[in-house]
Amino acid sequence: MSKFTSLALAAAFAATLALPAAAEIDRPECIAPAQPGGGFDLTCRVAQQGLEGLFDRPLEVSFMPGGIGAVAFNMFNTTRTDDPNAIVAFSTGSLLNLVTGKYGAWTVDDARWLATAGTDYGAVIVRADSPYQTLGDLMAALKDDPASVTVGAGGSVGSQDWMKAALLLKAVEGDPRKMRYVAFDGGGEALAGLIGGAIQAYTGDIGEMSAHMDGSLRILGVMSDERLDPPFDEVPTLKEQGYDATWPIMRGFYMGKDVPDEDFQAWVAVFEKAHASDQFHKAQAEKGLLPLNLSGKEFDAAVREQTRQLHDLAVETGLIAN
Amino acid sequence: MMEVLSGLGTGFSVALTPFNLMLVLGGCFAGTLIGALPGIGPINGVAILLPIAYGLGFPPESALILLAGIYYGAEYGGRISSILLNVPGDAGAVMTTLDGNPMARNGQAGKALSLSAVASFVGGTVSVVLMSLFGPVLASFGVKFQPSDYVALMVFAFACLASLVGSSPVKTLIGALIGLMLATVGVDANTGVQRYSFGIPDLLAGIDFLIVVIGLFGMAELFHLVESQVRGRLSTVPIDKSFVTWADLARTKWTILRSSLIGFIIGVLPGTGASVASAVAYGTEKRMAGAGGANFGKGDIRGLAAPEAANNGSAGGALVPMLTLGIPGSGTTAILLGALLMFNVTPGPMLFAQRPEIAWGLIASMYIGNVALLVLNLPLVGLFARMLTIPQHYLTPLIAILAFIGIYSIVGNPFDLYMIIGLGVFGWILRKLDFALAPVILGFVLGSLFENNLRRALSISGGDWRILFSTVDSLVLYALAVAVVVVPIWLSRRSRRFAAVAEDE
Repeated sequence: MSKFTSLALAAAFAATLALPAAAEIDRPECIAPAQPGGGFDLTCRVAQQGLEGLFDRPLEVSFMPGGIGAVAFNMFNTTRTDDPNAIVAFSTGSLLNLVTGKYGAWTVDDARWLATAGTDYGAVIVRADSPYQTLGDLMAALKDDPASVTVGAGGSVGSQDWMKAALLLKAVEGDPRKMRYVAFDGGGEALAGLIGGAIQAYTGDIGEMSAHMDGSLRILGVMSDERLDPPFDEVPTLKEQGYDATWPIMRGFYMGKDVPDEDFQAWVAVFEKAHASDQFHKAQAEKGLLPLNLSGKEFDAAVREQTRQLHDLAVETGLIAN
Repeated sequence: MMEVLSGLGTGFSVALTPFNLMLVLGGCFAGTLIGALPGIGPINGVAILLPIAYGLGFPPESALILLAGIYYGAEYGGRISSILLNVPGDAGAVMTTLDGNPMARNGQAGKALSLSAVASFVGGTVSVVLMSLFGPVLASFGVKFQPSDYVALMVFAFACLASLVGSSPVKTLIGALIGLMLATVGVDANTGVQRYSFGIPDLLAGIDFLIVVIGLFGMAELFHLVESQVRGRLSTVPIDKSFVTWADLARTKWTILRSSLIGFIIGVLPGTGASVASAVAYGTEKRMAGAGGANFGKGDIRGLAAPEAANNGSAGGALVPMLTLGIPGSGTTAILLGALLMFNVTPGPMLFAQRPEIAWGLIASMYIGNVALLVLNLPLVGLFARMLTIPQHYLTPLIAILAFIGIYSIVGNPFDLYMIIGLGVFGWILRKLDFALAPVILGFVLGSLFENNLRRALSISGGDWRILFSTVDSLVLYALAVAVVVVPIWLSRRSRRFAAVAEDE
C-alpha cells in the first residue's frame, strides 16, 4: 500500500469518526407511508433537507402507501422491527388511527418515537363573503342547530379532519353525530368545495392557508394555544374567543421498537443537532410547518400525552367504546 | 387579450432560452419513454424525478418546465404500449387499446401510432390555447361544480359507457358491476368504515388504479400470449410501413376537435382526469357515428383519435385550477403543486401577478412541448412499430419484467405484485368468457367518483335527494345522458322505417 493510499484511508477513517452519528447508520432512509406528494412526503422532505450533511450520504425518501399508514406500521412491527437505518413519518392523524384501532392491535408501545419535524394547527375557515362574519356567528349557529351549517374537510368521519369539526360542536356542547359533515378526498378538494360553495365552513390546517391569504377566504380562528408568528399573527385563537378547542397536528418520525439503544440515541443526537440549525428551521418553514422541536425522551412523553388525549376524545365523540 | 399576449411574450422569452428549451425537449423525450413503460405513468414519472430536479439546483421555472415536459411526454407515451401490446402504459391510455390495438394487429401499427401522435398534438394544443385565453374564468367554473353536478357527470359517463356495449350487453353490465365492486374495497371515504378488506392492511386504502389496469389488462394479455404460444396459434404481424394520411386526418378532424374540447373541460374539473375524459370522448364519438360506428372496437381510426385527443386535452385542463387557484385537479398536478411549494412558489390567484415568469414560462413551454413531441414522435413511429417484430419469446418476459418493476417501484410493496398476478388470472378468465375488460376498468374509475360525490351531495342536503336535480349544470348533463342513450335507438328505428318504406315502394 502506497503512502498516499494509507494516508487517504486514514483521512477517510478520521472523517467517519468526525461524524459521530454515522457510525451504525450507513443508509439513512425516511419512509413516507403514503403516495408521493402528500403530507408524509413533505414530512420526510423536512428531514431530508434539514439533516443534510449530518450523515455521509443523503437521507433517501421512499414510499409505503396503504391504509393511511397502517401498512408501514404493520411492517415495522413484523419484519423491520430493528432496522437502524429507517425512520417513518407519522402525524397526529396516525396516532388517532392507532387509538381507534385502525392499525390493528398495535399500541403506542409498539414503536420508538424519535423526533418532530414540526407542527401545524387546525383552523376554521370560511369564504370572505360568508354570512358567518366571526367565529361567534358560526358557533351560535352550530349551537342552535348542529345541522344548519355544512362543515367539510379532507378526511372521513372519525379522521383527524373530522375530529376538528367535532371539537367545535363539543365546545358548544352539541352532539358531533348530528353535524352535517361532508368528507372530501384531501384538503385540496375540500378547499375547492369551500370556494365553490358546496360547504360553508372548512376545518383545515393553518399551514395550507399561506397560499390563500389573498382575501378570498377568512380564517375565523386557529386551534392553537397561543397566537402564531406572522403571517398568521392576525388570526385569533379559538381559545381567546372563548371556545375551548385546540388541535395541534404534530408531525414527526418513529422507528421500530427493537432498534438498539445505541442506534436510536445516534438518531436522537442527529435530530438534536438539526433542531438547533438554521437549515432545519428553513426546511420546516418551506414545507409549511411551524416550529415544534422535540426529540428523544421529551418527544416520547409528548406522543404518549397526545395519545391519551386522543383516546379520551375518541371515547367522548363516540368513535370507540372505551 | 393584451394581457394574455404580453404574458405569453414573457413566457416565450423564458421558455426559449437555450437551457430551458433543452429541458423541455429532454423532459418530453424522457416522459415519452416513462409513459411507454407499463405501470409507470405521469404521476410516478414526475414523483420520481421531482427530487432529482430539486437536487440539481435549477431555478424554479426551469425545474417546473422540465417536470411539465415529463408530465406531457408521459401522457403522449402512454399510447405506445396500448397500441402495440394492448397493455396501457397508464390510466388515461386504457381507451386507446380499444381501437389502437386492433389497428396494430391489422398491420396498421404505423398508422395508429402516427395518427395518435397527431391527435395528441391537437388535443394538447387546443387545451393550452384555451388555458391561456380563458384560464381564470374556467377555473372558477371548475370549483363551482358541486358534488351533485359530479353525480350528473358520472351518470352521463355511465350513459356513454353503455355505448361500449358490444356483442353482449349483459356481459358489459356484469363487467361494469365487477368494476364497481372492486372500487368499494378499502376504508370508506365517508365514514371510515372498512369494507371488503378482510383484515389485510394492504387493502385498507383500496386497490390502486394502476394495479387494476396492469393486472386486468397487462397480466391478462401476457397470460393470453403465453397460451397462444403454447398452442402454436401465435400469428406473426408483418412489418408495416403504414403512416397516417391526409384522408385519415380529414375523416377524423371533427372527432379530434370535439374530443380535445371534451378532454379539456373534464380536465378542468378537480378530481376527474384523463381516464374519465378519454372514456367520455370515446363514448360520445361512438354514439355520434351511429350506424357508421359498427367498426368501433375493431380498429376504427375515430375510436383511436378520440381518446388520444381527450387525454392530452385533459392534461392541459388539469393545470388550470392548479395554477389559478392552487387546487390540484389530478394526482400529477398535486405533485406539480408540491414542486411549486418546494421552490417556495405559492400557486393561486396571485401567481400570475407575482411570478409571471413561472406561470407564463410554464404555459409557453407547453406550446413548445407539444410541437417538440410531434416532431420527436413522428420519425420514431417506424422504430416503435418494429417492437412488434421482436420474437414473442423475448417480448413476453420483457413486458412482464417491466410491469413488475413498474408496479414495485411505485410503492415497494410485494403485496401489489401478488395482486396484479391475481387480477391477471381473473382478467384472463374473463377474456376466456368473452367479457370486454374496458367496462370493468371504467366501472372501477367511475364507481368511486360516483359513490363519493353522491354521498357528499346527500350529506350536504341532509339526505334530501332533490339536491341531485337542483342545478342547471346537472339538468343539462342528465338531458345529455338521456340523449346519448335514446337518440341512437331512435335513429336506427327511423332508418329501418325508411328502409321499410323504400322497400314498399
